[in-house]
Parts: sequence; structure tokens; C-alpha cells
Amino acid sequence: MRESNPAGASLLATLIVVSVLVPILNQLVPATSPFHVSTYVLTLVGKYLCYALLALAVDLIWGYCGILSLGHAAFFSLGGYAIGMYLMRQIGTRGVYGDPVLPDFMVFLNWHELPWFWHGFSHLWFAMAVSVAAPAALALVFGWLAFRSRVTGVYLSIMTQALSYALMLAFFRNDMGFGGNNGFTDFKDIAGFDLHNDGTRVVLFVITAATLALAYLACHTITESRAGRVIRAIRDAENRTRFLGYRVESYKLWIFVFSAVLAGVAGALYVPQVGIINPSEFAPINSIEVVIWVAVGGRGTLVGAAAGAVLVNYAKTFFTAALPDAWLYALGALFVGVTLFLPGGLMGLVPFLKTSKRSKTSKLSKLSRTPA
Amino acid sequence: MRMLYLEHLTVSFDGFKALDDLTLYIEPGELRCIIGPNGAGKTTMMDVVTGKTRPDAGTAWFGRDINLLALSEPEIAQAGIGRKFQKPTVFEFLSVFENLELSLAGDKSFLKTFRARMSSAERERIGLVIETIGLRAHRHTLASRLSHGEKQWLEIGMLLMQEPDLLLVDEPVAGMTAQETERTAELLLGLAGSHSVVVVEHDMDFVRSIAGRVTVLHEGHVLAEGTMDQVQADSRVIDVYLGA
Repeated sequence: MRESNPAGASLLATLIVVSVLVPILNQLVPATSPFHVSTYVLTLVGKYLCYALLALAVDLIWGYCGILSLGHAAFFSLGGYAIGMYLMRQIGTRGVYGDPVLPDFMVFLNWHELPWFWHGFSHLWFAMAVSVAAPAALALVFGWLAFRSRVTGVYLSIMTQALSYALMLAFFRNDMGFGGNNGFTDFKDIAGFDLHNDGTRVVLFVITAATLALAYLACHTITESRAGRVIRAIRDAENRTRFLGYRVESYKLWIFVFSAVLAGVAGALYVPQVGIINPSEFAPINSIEVVIWVAVGGRGTLVGAAAGAVLVNYAKTFFTAALPDAWLYALGALFVGVTLFLPGGLMGLVPFLKTSKRSKTSKLSKLSRTPA
Repeated sequence: MRMLYLEHLTVSFDGFKALDDLTLYIEPGELRCIIGPNGAGKTTMMDVVTGKTRPDAGTAWFGRDINLLALSEPEIAQAGIGRKFQKPTVFEFLSVFENLELSLAGDKSFLKTFRARMSSAERERIGLVIETIGLRAHRHTLASRLSHGEKQWLEIGMLLMQEPDLLLVDEPVAGMTAQETERTAELLLGLAGSHSVVVVEHDMDFVRSIAGRVTVLHEGHVLAEGTMDQVQADSRVIDVYLGA
């Protein structure tokens, strides 16, 4: 009963082509050639791919399970902060104050020893584990409380938004031990490789593309399984599903936690590439933007969400350079426009393109084929 | 042993007594119709049996051993009580076959359904139910494309997939054509005997055509019980309901 999946195949093919071609155009084609891809562009595309992964996470929970999370920036930021802590420890004596153990901001705050929760972050594997475990734990606790109490719809959305906002305020405080409003920046290297080296950037880029591909395959496997059909059943008729004997809360929790993990991984890949993480990443607007990417691409399609993230962010890059004040208006107009005129998003247009193509070919095939 | 024991159930919403000392028994294999004016407590009674509403007082036992008041909705469904809603509720984005697949009895945990592969026994079981509900021609039709009546039958089929002992059916023929109503009557009569079936319905002709015993609810308690003829002859029933 497995259906062919041209959209998914095109996404994977695109990712493979991009992750082979972009590094070649960056590394092997001389900078004078018109085909050269600068490291700036490479990093920019890498950033888009992180956003695409975040959009995938939101589409899984919103498009398939009907839970409109307006707090995924929180999971993304937690993943980013975990890797940021590792990157801060790697700076060592190269910081402004030259302290071998304490990051600069701690010296500045007159702290004399590393807080307990900073231990272990001198290891990359530990930071990677935390970038998955911290979002998962937060999603587990939040989801368990919310879903068990049957909080749904707009109330749940508001709570996720509040969660992200509360974390933003907490991370702004210097006493929290995460660098206050400056966050973390001025990173030097990762796993012994210089972050400012083009080669390191290429490797990070390829890892990001590969992670996005794997995450897509994982989401696709989930949504095409019987569990995936249960999740969509919950989205459309929660009570019916419950009276069929499914523990709706537990399904929601599984998907919510998995979605939070994807968001955390996206954050962890994002921070080494953009070189900074601060509390503004938790800002409510960031979570809302992700929802817009997904809506533009087409919710409940996975591929559309990833494409929407890249397209909207490309537009954002362009707009914020050309007309910086107009961007938020453009984004708002885009969301309203898509909601009113394109409820299926860009992916909603695909069947129309197909049928117009098929109606042409079917005439031809009628001519050439004799009826059976 | 009886199938369902409801004793002295009371449910109040802000002082309004939706159920008021309701006592009702259902026998195994019985087809029982429950009638009564709006607000008589028919839906609330179903809500209590399926775990959606908790009563303020009274007891509800399924068979001799299962205390329904201690179980959640999915646990009650797993124990063998299927409920059909008033508004047909099927999964529109799935085919008839897939709707029934999700309704298969068995372990319904996430990890189990994530790894589930359709077995030939399951396929056969689904095929059998498709025959029972008369939707063979629509096996792979999306549920959203079905007519109103077909959706109702599909939902009954979804309940049957779970091999329930007791079926609660809320207004099955509302909005159906005469022909569809007739087929629904046949379907429910066919199910009685091997299942206990409780039907809440407003359509008196339909009730007359299927029911052995009829229970009349009024203001949250049982007003009268008996055959349709007995009930219709009861002066109290005439006063509150049929005479109006």
C-alpha cells in the first residue's frame, strides 16, 4: 500500500545535490569564477537548512497532530545554548580575560568557579547529548502536564508562547549563568577545528544537510506508519480516536517530544554556523515565524514545510537588506495572503500543476493506446 | 449475568440534574431503544457509560467485574464498549479500509502502532466487517466521499472492529433516507444477539421497527419500560412525550 512520494524524493535529491555541489563550488572553483559560492552564501544556506529542520519539527506537531505550538523557538534555543556552552569552554585562554576555565562573562561577573551545570560541557558529545535531552525533557514535562489536563487549541498555543517568553526572560538574567543578554559568542573552534576555517564550515554545512535528510526520513516513516494515521485521526476527530481505545495523550506526548528533539538538533547545528546565541532567540516572534514558514510551504506535507522555511528566509535575507522596515509587513501580508488564498500552501498547488499536465498527456495516451 | 448495570446514577451540571437516580439494566444480546424528550438525559447516560462524564452518585458496572467509573475512555473502549456519536465521526482523510484498520482491536500504544504491519488475519477481519456494513464497493473510497448514511455505517463498522460486547448508538438514522433507514434497521437487528445494542433515537417508526424493549427517559430517570405498545399506552409517557 506504499504510495510513491515524488515530493520527498525531490527533497532528498535536492539535499544530496546541494551538499555535493555547494562545497565543490566553494572549495574548488576559484573565487574569480562566476560559479564560485562564497563562504558567506554557504553559511547562509546552512542557516536556511537549520530553519528547514525546525520547520519540519513544527509541521510534524502542527500539520499532522493539530497542535499549534508557538514555542518551538524555545526548544531550538535550548539546543543552541547546549552547543554554545561547549563552544564557550573551547575558547579557554584565548578569551579577553584569558581564564583557562571560566568563560569571559563569568570573570566579568566576578565568579570564581564554574557553576555545577557547566561541568561536562568541555566535551562535545556531552553538549550534543544535552542539546537533545534538554528540549526533550522540557517537552516531556510541559506536554505531560498540558495533554493530561486536555488543554487544546488556542489555550495550548498561548501556553507554549508563554513558555518560550518565560525562558527568554530567565535567560536574560545574568544570575542564570548563561551570559545574560549578551549570550554566547566569539567562538573559536569545534572538536579541534577552527570555526573560521572554510573547510570547517563546509563540513558543518554537509552535516546539516545530512541531518535534515535523516530527519525528513524519520518524520516520513512516522507519518506513513499506522501510528501516523492515528496522529492525523487525533487531529481531525480527537474524541472518536479516544473512544476507539487510543490513549490520545500519550500519542501527543511522543510526537511533541520528538518534535522538540528535532528543534533542539536544529538549534545545535545553527549556533556553530552563525556564531552567536543569545536570549532573543527565545523571542515569541521567532516561534510565530516558523509557523508562517510551514503555512507558506503547506502544512502536513513535511517537504512543503522545509521548502517554505528556505523560501521565506531567502525573502527575509533579501528584504531586510533592501527594505529593512518593510519586512514585518511583508511577512504579515504573506501569512494573511496564504491563509486566505492558498490554504494548502505552495504544496497545495502541486496537484493543480499535475492535473493540468495529465489532462494534456491523457489525450495523447488515448490516441496511442487501444482500450483494454 | 447482565451486560450493563447502571444504578442510582446522578449527574448535575450547575444544579441542573441531567441524570436523577437513574437505574437501568441491559441484558446480553439485547437490542434496547432509549427514547425521551430533549434533555431527558440520554446522551449524559452514554457519557457516563463511556467515561466522558463522571457521576456525582451511583454505580456503573460492565458485567460483574468491570467498574466503569474507575476507567478512562480508552480503557472502557478496550474493555468492550463501543460508542457511535450522534454526528457521524469517521476519519475523512482515510479510506474505508484504513478507517477500519485504525479501529482494529489490540494493543494501541504508540510503539506498537508505529511498528504495526497488517497481518492477513487483520485483513480478513476488516473484509468481514466491510461485508457486514455493506460497503464492499467502497473499500478504498476516502471516507470524505461517502454519503451521510454510508458514513454512519462505516462508524458502526469501526465499532465492530473492536469486537465489543456492548454497542451504544446515538441517533443512527437522523438525516437518513427511508431506504438507508431500512438498511440501518437490518444492520442493527443483525448485530443484536451477538452484541448488546443500545440505540438512542427520536424516530418512532424506526424504534418500532427494531426494538424489543423500549426505555423512556424523562428528567434524568426511567419513566417507563416495556414493549413499544406497552410504552405507548402508558399515560405518563403520553403526558410527557408521545402525546405532545
